[in-house]
Parts: sequence; structure tokens; C-alpha cells
Amino acid sequence: MTAPKPSLVIAEHDNKALNEATAKTVTAALAVCTPVHVLVAGADCAAVADAAAKIAGVEKVLLADSPLYAKQLAEPMEALILSVAAGYDAILAPATSGGKNILPRVAAKLDVPQVSEIIAVVAPDTFERPIYAGNAVETVQAPAGKRVITVRTTAFKTAAGGGNAAVEKIAAAADPGLSGFVEESLSKSARPELTSAKIVISGGRGLGSPENFHLLDKIADRLGAAVGASRAAVDAGYVPNDFQVGQTGKAVAPDLYLAIGISGAIQHLAGMKDSRVIAAINKDAEAPIFQVADFGLVEDLFKAIPELNDELEKRGLGQKA
Amino acid sequence: MKVLVPVKRVVDYNVKVRVKADQSGVDLANVKMSMNPFDEIAVEAAVKLKEKGVASEVVIVSIGPSQAQDTIRTALAMGGDRGILVKSDAPVEPLAVAKLLQAICDEEKPGLVITGKQAIDSDANQTGQMLAALMGWGQATFAHSLEIADGSAKVAREIDGGLQTVSVKLPAVITTDLRLNQPRYASLPNIMKAKKKPIAEKTPAELGVDVAPRFKVLKVSEPAKRTAGVKVKTVAELVDRLVEAGALK
Repeated sequence: MTAPKPSLVIAEHDNKALNEATAKTVTAALAVCTPVHVLVAGADCAAVADAAAKIAGVEKVLLADSPLYAKQLAEPMEALILSVAAGYDAILAPATSGGKNILPRVAAKLDVPQVSEIIAVVAPDTFERPIYAGNAVETVQAPAGKRVITVRTTAFKTAAGGGNAAVEKIAAAADPGLSGFVEESLSKSARPELTSAKIVISGGRGLGSPENFHLLDKIADRLGAAVGASRAAVDAGYVPNDFQVGQTGKAVAPDLYLAIGISGAIQHLAGMKDSRVIAAINKDAEAPIFQVADFGLVEDLFKAIPELNDELEKRGLGQKA
Repeated sequence: MKVLVPVKRVVDYNVKVRVKADQSGVDLANVKMSMNPFDEIAVEAAVKLKEKGVASEVVIVSIGPSQAQDTIRTALAMGGDRGILVKSDAPVEPLAVAKLLQAICDEEKPGLVITGKQAIDSDANQTGQMLAALMGWGQATFAHSLEIADGSAKVAREIDGGLQTVSVKLPAVITTDLRLNQPRYASLPNIMKAKKKPIAEKTPAELGVDVAPRFKVLKVSEPAKRTAGVKVKTVAELVDRLVEAGALK
């Protein structure tokens, strides 16, 4: 028997702030194997490493600070993670677009089958994960040896703060020279991020146009809510792709999910059915969204949205948020 | 440039799958099967490159039972030139699929591989990235748009915050997201023509890949069900209920 090794969590961040997905992934990692180390790879990202060091349960933060990791491209990230992989029994990343992009490369090079998007740790080698767009849940046991895992972060609590881990600088790995960053167009919004918002208000095809989608803005601003969308609304070009909630978009689990003009296709439900309270407004009484909604209102949304805004204003709701 | 497009035969996206009573898996008996929708987008992208004169040949690969031939034929009817079926009756895990595709790439030497970002059955989102790593290639996952020029691919990718454009050296692997294109329907003449296009058959053993499962599936169960709640009559009543439930403050 060799001594057990720690687990390594790949941090999600934008070089300035640590994304909450990291602390949720740490929670999953603590159930897989301990102690937990966090790898922060980025450019001028010392503040992120300091934030990761404060996550309770984290023993050590590895900091790879180099322009090579400014955008965390998959190829250099693979080389970096492989350079430290021998010291770990498990490597985990949040199942964000970043984690999904990078981690399978690491798994393949380690010859380890990856467990994708776990929603529960049943035992240190056994995990639950949704399959068939969330229509079924698979319980899988990973083979003995190293485990490589992505984590659906909405299924795990944010690890507490108050930790005081050491930050250790590590050298950048060689640049594979396969890829380069060109440009980025990120949605700019003062609203909270979809995956961590307490309230999400989502619109569907029922809104009918990009202009009408802005009808949701007033309510979202009042409630401090993030705005999401169904795939149909994204495909119709009403909002950009990063608004999409669903099995192939983002999984969200807010306190309140307000679905407006969304019929409730199964792949959309897969991305939001873990919300604490779901409310739906749709003019079609037979819409599948009502089968999962705690509160359903059959009403034309163009009548209901202004009414809802007035009602919230009248009662002074949401302004304190 | 040769473009290789791996496609998977999966349960049709319109089918509501049911978990078997003994929790051994989902019930696939007499269920309609189709090409993975993300792979259809990959086929369309490859065929478009051929129409633009960027690609010289589009080779379709599928790993699966003999019926996966139908999936390959569908892709050939959309404009693929020839097919390769790697026959396996048992499901093959993503890492083994990536190794099989690696063996095929070693033989075929494509300039580009385009495939779906994930299959809608296992939802793993791994194969393209794994293949790229095994080949020592770059990758552009979740493609929203793509441009091939001067030995590299410039790809806008759908990421959590919006779009990110990367440039990867060819050969490379591109995985498709939903907005890359709208796959065409195959016309009847093209369906007829596709029947005459060649499909080579191989086995994992011939390719030297062990496809024995590494995971043990302990059970497949129904997801936790949400029960339908109540219908309210007015917006005011909806707000009342949400306040009562502590969801609005």
C-alpha cells in the first residue's frame, strides 16, 4: 500500500477574482480524498491564489503565474496539470466551460477514464452523474487508481471561508505551442452571474423578439436576479449563448427560478430543476414547465410581466437585495 | 485537406427515455435511434468546408453495432464521401473511443477532426478533447463559428461568459456547439447516392485498442422527481405565494 495522496482542484477564475465554482468543487474534493490542494494557473493572479487559500479545508495552493496561462487554454493547462499530477490521487475541476475543456485532455494523457459532471459523491470512488439530459442518473464506480472528475457545481455547497493555506509558487510547464488566444467578447452585465445568482428570471421563445426580452430587465434589476433563457430563445437569436440554461447550457439551482414564456423542454428542465422554488408564467396551460413548477400562472406574459413589476414595486419587494 | 467526422448513434433526441425497473440501465428496446445532434452539426460543418474547397474529402467514422452503418449512411447522404465503422456491440467508453479514433487518425492522417461536443446519451463531453490530447494536437471545443486559413483554424467558442476566439494549428480537433450551423436535410437523390458510397469495417482488435469498460455502472435510477405544485389565478396571488415560500423578500 502506498500512502494516500491529496486531491487537486483546478481553480476557475479570471485572474482577478476566484469563481465560486472553485469552493464548490473543493466541497466535492473533500469527499473524494484529503487533503485538498488548489491549482491557480493564470497571469498576475496572486490575489486569486490568496482567495483560494482562504477556502476552509484547503491545505495548499499551487500558484502558476505566467502569461502562458492568462486565458487558461487547454493545451498549456494540460501540460501544467500533468507536471504535478503524480502527486495526487484525484484531480477535480468544476464542470464549467473551462473545466470541461481542459480536464479530458489530462485524463487521456494519464490513461484514466474521466467521470463527468458528478452531482454526488457516494463513496470516494463512486459517483452519481446525470445522463440522457437528466432523464436518468447513473451511479458509477471508477477503477482503482487516480480519479479525474468534473463537478456540477450547483449540486455542491460552497466550502466555508476562514482557511489559511500556504501558497506555493510552481514553475510554468513548457508551452506546447499548439494554440493561441485571439479575442473575447464577454457579456457585460451588472447583474449577478447565472450559476451563482439567488434568483434567476428566464425567458423563452414566448417573448418573441430580442427587444421583448428586455421586458425582463426591470424585474431582474429590482430583484437582483440573473437573466437566463431557454435554448429556443437562444437559437432564435433573442439573447447570446451564455444565457442558455439546460443540459447543454448552464445548470442553475437558485432560491427562486422564474420561468417566463418557457414551455419546459426536458433539456431545459435538466438545467434548472434543482432550484429551490420554481414559478412559471405561460399562456399554455399544458406546457410541461407546469409539471415541475411549484407555482404556475396561466397568463399571457405580455400582460403578466408589467403586472408583476407593478406588484413587486407596490409591495417594495426585492429592493433590499 | 481530409476532414474526419466521428458520429455516434444515440437514442433520438425526441424520445423520452425510461429507466429499467431493475435499474440496470435505460430501456433501449424498440426505441428510435438517430445521429447525435451535435455530430450532425459536425457533419454539416465538414461538408460546408468541402463545398468551399477547403476540405478535399470528408470521412465519417462511427463506433458501434452494425446498425451504426445507418448513422454513417445518413452522414454520407448529407455529403460525406466514405465511411468507416468500428464494430462493437457493447457500449464503448469515451477514453476507448478516443483511442480508437487515434488509431484511425494514425491511418487516415486527416488535417482536421470535427465532432460533436457531447453525445446526448452519456453526456460526457470528453471524446474530442481526449483525442486531441492523445494525438498531441490542439483543440477548439464548443465551436460557434470557424474559419480555416494558413494551416490553422480560427474558432469562436461558446464559453460561460460569452464567446472566446482561439487559433489552433492544424491538424486539430474541433467540437461543435449548437449555434455553429443548421444541419441540412439529405435530399432523396443524395440518400440514393449515399447507398453506393463505401463503408469500411474494422474491429477494435484490428486497431489494437482494448475497449473493455473501465467503469462499473452500479445502477441507473430515475432522477429525483419534482411534483407539480399549484396553479395560481393572478399575478398578485403568485407574489403572495412566493413571499410565503420565502423566495421573495
